[in-house]
Amino acid sequence: MAFQVPIATSRSSTGIPTSRLAVWWVLASEIVIFGGLIMSYLMFRLHHESWSYEAAKTDPWAGGFNTFVLLTSSLFVVLAHHAAENNDTKKSFRYIWYTIGGGGVFMMVKIYEYSSKIMHDYTMFKSVFWSFYYTATGLHGFHVLCGMVIMAIIAQDVKKGKNLHRVEAIGIYWHFVDVIWIFLFPLLYIAK
Amino acid sequence: MSHAHKMSFWEKYVFSTDHKMIGLQYMFTGIAMAIIGGFFVYVFRMQLAFPGISVPGYGEVTPLAYNSLVTNHGTIMIFWFAMPVLIAAFGNILIPLMIGCDDMVFPRINRLSYQIFLLSALVLVASFFVPNGGFGGAWTAYPPLSAEAAYNATPLGAPMWLIAVALEFVAFLLGGINFITTMMNARAKGMTMYKIPIVLWLIVIASILFMLSVGPLIAGAVMLLFDQLLGTHFYNPGGGGDPLLWQHLFWFFGHPEVYVVLLPAMGIVADIMAVFARKKLFGYRTILYSVFATGILSFVVWAHHQFIAGIDPRMANLFTVTTLLISIPIAELCFVYIATLYGGSITFNTPMLWAISFMVEFLIGGVTGIFLGASGADIYFHDTYFVVAHFHYTFVPIAIIGFYAGITYWFPKIFGKMLDDKLGRIHFWGTIIPFNFIFIPLFVLGTAGQHRRIFNYEYFQDLALAEFYNLRVIATVSLLVMIAFQFVFVYNFVKSLRKKEKAPKNPWNANTLEWTADSPPPHGNWPELPVVYRGPYEYSHPDRESDWWPQHEPGPDPADPDYQSPSQNPQTT
Repeated sequence: MAFQVPIATSRSSTGIPTSRLAVWWVLASEIVIFGGLIMSYLMFRLHHESWSYEAAKTDPWAGGFNTFVLLTSSLFVVLAHHAAENNDTKKSFRYIWYTIGGGGVFMMVKIYEYSSKIMHDYTMFKSVFWSFYYTATGLHGFHVLCGMVIMAIIAQDVKKGKNLHRVEAIGIYWHFVDVIWIFLFPLLYIAK
Repeated sequence: MSHAHKMSFWEKYVFSTDHKMIGLQYMFTGIAMAIIGGFFVYVFRMQLAFPGISVPGYGEVTPLAYNSLVTNHGTIMIFWFAMPVLIAAFGNILIPLMIGCDDMVFPRINRLSYQIFLLSALVLVASFFVPNGGFGGAWTAYPPLSAEAAYNATPLGAPMWLIAVALEFVAFLLGGINFITTMMNARAKGMTMYKIPIVLWLIVIASILFMLSVGPLIAGAVMLLFDQLLGTHFYNPGGGGDPLLWQHLFWFFGHPEVYVVLLPAMGIVADIMAVFARKKLFGYRTILYSVFATGILSFVVWAHHQFIAGIDPRMANLFTVTTLLISIPIAELCFVYIATLYGGSITFNTPMLWAISFMVEFLIGGVTGIFLGASGADIYFHDTYFVVAHFHYTFVPIAIIGFYAGITYWFPKIFGKMLDDKLGRIHFWGTIIPFNFIFIPLFVLGTAGQHRRIFNYEYFQDLALAEFYNLRVIATVSLLVMIAFQFVFVYNFVKSLRKKEKAPKNPWNANTLEWTADSPPPHGNWPELPVVYRGPYEYSHPDRESDWWPQHEPGPDPADPDYQSPSQNPQTT
């Protein structure tokens, strides 16, 4: 039996499209997940002077470059949404792939960072600071990766002119991934 | 929404996207898990009352097995019975039916949510059969006991337990997003905010509470899993970590979780009371605002679980105050329910008996909580059976009484047959009386200083007294009686399902929309989706001849400020 979309999905009692509403609730749950992690890190950080010496070992240039890459990719996803609203599927498709490319560059830099840190013996087990470093950036990287996969799926739909409203939904998510990085970057790389 | 297509067994029962079928899947999985959890409590209560005996159906209980049994009894009853049945099952079945739409807004996410839930249940059950058995570090999983395999002695059981819990959270996050979005966006025309039945409000608020509190614990669970499997030291003070961090992350979720399961049960009770008292629910908005206040306060009470964990005494004072504050909105709810009953023409049938007993028993749980919320008294009571009896006086009314109230009330709608009322009452009294005989002795034992999580009290001279053993035996025997009476319910359930005569559409003369659909409702629920004209609780309205005024019946809304009563303006009739 082919799946039939129920009437419920197209209703909008609040006036907000259902997809946008759902993404906002997803983000609400994500905020508390990262919020818990960041709060735990902060509590530790405030009680451990020594962590600032370990934070000095992180690579702010790589982190800074990644901040720039992520923000640029956010611009691309906005352009993709704009194109989708004007029904320009070709342009939207192209900008979605630029965004995915941005995510790809971000992940490459992450791999470089991780491997160079591990080669210098700053592994996850060195101290609780490094445990937090790998857990927080790893969880964030996992979100970047998921966003890239979902965008690739949406891009296929956009090419065929289907489900254009999903570009906005993934855009909101991508901005959120950006914002999380904006919190992680100063906390892990800059504050020394 | 006509589906002439004949669905195969797999399409209809296993991979269905229909909200009612997914609700039933959650319900029956939850019941199956409750049977496992019930078996566990039978085994360890036998061990406590008659130490060292070979428990019929299980055998001799080893200390390691005892730890695993109590841990998984708690975990199952809260995460795999109370939550799936009260939130997921009733939420899935009721939300689309009561707001008047054909399904959830994301039916396939709904199906995915159940599948992840089922996977989590299977992982948990599988963990009982790995070498060294299931996790035994208590359902709160405090490190370092839970983090180090050398301490908990379950190198496989502990991570499997944690993975199962994490998967279950993912399932409920997906389900919760669906519930919230559906209720916000898919309501029938005319169903404004204050015309939504209370039970839906409370299920959705519970979903929001869950969503906003579980995040830190998910982060904490990832850290604990890394501690267990990779060897990081997040919770290990020897490696620079802090075991107290877990307690904060766990209880930041753990206390709102109490309200996550409480609210749906309270909602079910509210709807049943209005219907069988034939009275308008007293203070619809008061209930709503009290629940909002409860929800907000529930985020600032968590450290009352840690009064003796070495937190700053000034902090303890603060949390005592917030904990006592939260009893105000809950007491408010109880008063509102009593006011709903006051002066009503009450029918004492099975659902109503369950609803009233919920109030009575939950009140005992609430009042004994005051002793534990006060940090001074808690120093003595902490980790005694007083705590055990207290939270069972809250959780048993929530999970068991709330479930029976809901299932006996909505049974005709869900299964299309009527339950036998006489057998229902026998089951009711056979459950309620032994329940009190289980836990009142435990209050006494707790006050006398009997600690929790002890495998065999014969090893402790002060606790091995004959008087204590008498109380333990009373509790265990009452438990056996209570379990025996559950077979009355199973018999009633099966017998009613096999009845020939079908239940009418609206056997209770209730106002809400689900009673306008067929029993059981077909896929798509209604041939034409209903429209709402008034609130859900217009019972015994003076302007009406019949004592109910369905939400979907075209006509004026008595809550409308422009409404003119025909009795005051005879010319308008």
